[in-house]
Amino acid sequence: MDCDKAVVRMHHYLDGELTVWRRWTITRHLNRCPPCAEGYVYEVEFRQIVASRCRDQMPPEVRQRIVEALGCGFDGMSTANEGPSSATTPPYDEH
Amino acid sequence: MADQARFAELATPYMDPLYSAALRMTRNPADAEDLVQETFLRAYRGFGGFKDGTNLKAWLYKILTNTFINTYRAKKRRPEETEFDDVEDYALYGRMGGLEAAEAERTPETEVLESMPDEVVKEALESLPEQFRMAVLLADVEGFSYKEIADIMDVPIGTVMSRLHRGRKALQRRLWDFARDRGLLPAGHGA
Repeated sequence: MDCDKAVVRMHHYLDGELTVWRRWTITRHLNRCPPCAEGYVYEVEFRQIVASRCRDQMPPEVRQRIVEALGCGFDGMSTANEGPSSATTPPYDEH
Repeated sequence: MADQARFAELATPYMDPLYSAALRMTRNPADAEDLVQETFLRAYRGFGGFKDGTNLKAWLYKILTNTFINTYRAKKRRPEETEFDDVEDYALYGRMGGLEAAEAERTPETEVLESMPDEVVKEALESLPEQFRMAVLLADVEGFSYKEIADIMDVPIGTVMSRLHRGRKALQRRLWDFARDRGLLPAGHGA
């Protein structure tokens, strides 16, 4: 396999879209080709950065608005996914 | 037939991810809030038609995507650019790795990546034309397969693969450009 083909396959490999045989051939190429292996490491890192840096938390007031819009039977939604800081949600029964 | 009462329990874990995706799609918090609220309303109303045991996440993202395309995008009369210049096979890795000599103490590419603030990565992704942005968002942030993305975006798998390929390349290029503009690249890599 030449390096151009390996680079294309590498993406499909990382996407989990290769057959067993093609996974084997790309792994073999990466084991034998340090530049491609280095590119592979970079690509893995790049994807992790994109995946981890593009996360946002829904503001509590928006969550509340949705819960209210959906009406009754949906009360669990406001609390089910609360993080440790729930200062903005109304206090529940305090005994 | 799924029970509507179970919707809250099943859909709640997707609130933050759907909101994040809505932000990347609309590029505007106010529109993102409306989009995600409308998505939940539609999903709640349509939950009776959701088949138990099928992919709830993909189902929710399809509703999000359709709502975005039909409502929020239609609102904006400005035509969305559908093409961008991608003639050069330009990747941050290729660019940095291609700089020979004086490399003894160069910062590894992965360290540059790790130093990227969240806002730079988000801005780079949001700068991509819509169809490429959506493909990269669904694959690399949300982890959907080609087939799932094809279903969500209602395009052939080959189109998904092509948009992903070009979108990722463009994202790497823009990440590099944004990082350079903000002085985040180590000396010698700013050219």
